[in-house]
Amino acid sequence: MKICVTASNSGFGAPVDPHFGRCGYFMFVDPGSMEFESIENRQVSASGGAGVQAAQQVIGKGIDVLITGSVGPNAFSLLLSEGVEIKAFSAGSVLEAIEAYRAGTLETIGAANSAGKSGV
Amino acid sequence: MKIAIASGKGGTGKTTVAVNLALALGNAQLLDCDVEEPNCNLFLGFNLKKEEDVNITVPEVDSGKCTLCGKCAEFCQYNAIAKLPRSLMLFPKLCHGCGGCVLVCPENAIIEEKRSIGILEKGTSERFNIELLQGTLNIGEPMASPVIRQLKAHIDESTVAIIDSPPGTACPVIASVAEMDYCVLVTEPTPFGLNDLILAVDVVRQLDILFGVVINRHGLGDGRVEEYCQSEGVPILMKIPYDRKIAILYSKGIPFIEQMPVWKESFRGMYEDICKHVSCKGDF
Ligand code: SF4
Ligand code: SF4
Repeated sequence: MKICVTASNSGFGAPVDPHFGRCGYFMFVDPGSMEFESIENRQVSASGGAGVQAAQQVIGKGIDVLITGSVGPNAFSLLLSEGVEIKAFSAGSVLEAIEAYRAGTLETIGAANSAGKSGV
Repeated sequence: MKIAIASGKGGTGKTTVAVNLALALGNAQLLDCDVEEPNCNLFLGFNLKKEEDVNITVPEVDSGKCTLCGKCAEFCQYNAIAKLPRSLMLFPKLCHGCGGCVLVCPENAIIEEKRSIGILEKGTSERFNIELLQGTLNIGEPMASPVIRQLKAHIDESTVAIIDSPPGTACPVIASVAEMDYCVLVTEPTPFGLNDLILAVDVVRQLDILFGVVINRHGLGDGRVEEYCQSEGVPILMKIPYDRKIAILYSKGIPFIEQMPVWKESFRGMYEDICKHVSCKGDF
């Protein structure tokens, strides 16, 4: 199983970054072994469609669960179509997020909860 | 002569200036380019008739031909195509219609489809001797610029065209003001007005378009807008006073020159000043 947590830095102590498309880092964690990999989000400053890119990036990593604060509509439909479970967590560290997930206390994000950003 | 009426923020009286100027001149075209919220016709009450749709082309993928190589998604700088492990997903509202994905697809799996994002309407009336062209962006559509560009393609170069531009300083404003002969910036004599005016001046200077300022609700705030214009060498074309009668006519949706004929002369005078300004390219 693979969980992705959006973070503002790399490492388990980093605070969770609530903005999916524009977070600083993606932390990929195997909650069984606690092995992890952190990858920088190349789209932090994209002018539009950042969520689409971010979703492709994390889906490409084969994740089962995403833990973040808010997801825009385009990214949401991508994650949904790949059957990724999306859980809400916005205040705390990556480690706390993983622990809360294991304890089963995180709520599911069932619909896009950020307006996203697009337009010219 | 093509004149854009713009302002750094909404609610400064841009539409009032555009409508009254067009009416004062007569025999003019008025183009409402504030396509997210066209409101010139609130003052005119014309019967609008649909002229045409505004279409943009968006790609469509033939999943039978697509091998999921991902080249299109990689190419698209607007992230309008996402490649998933077993499928492609398109986001038409992010697409800018550049056509690049069609070219890069090695399987010729992408074709372009038309999608309507708004409409153009036209109106005339017997009472007023002007033509109104209005663009309306469909609700929820993010791209105003294609509607504005298509609207501007209807400009009749043999008459005077007055453009009511959207407020602000973003892309739709640039699409409206670009290639005009002159830009009138409408502002208020308040600190906020000055702040937005400075931003708007920056944009028109970058576009290299001649411009002047109309101060609306003059007498309301302070003198800093005038001081700024003087120190920057920006001509003040007109001051519309903070006046009860004008405000009442505005709230009733009546163009104020209709009932205050002296202002008709003032708007015509402003137009003459603009023509002089344009013909001597800035030596005002
Ligand atoms: S037409 Fe251009 S903007 Fe639209 S999806 Fe293709 S590459 Fe992207
Ligand atoms: S470039 Fe063509 S073949 Fe490759 S993923 Fe896109 S549509 Fe499919």
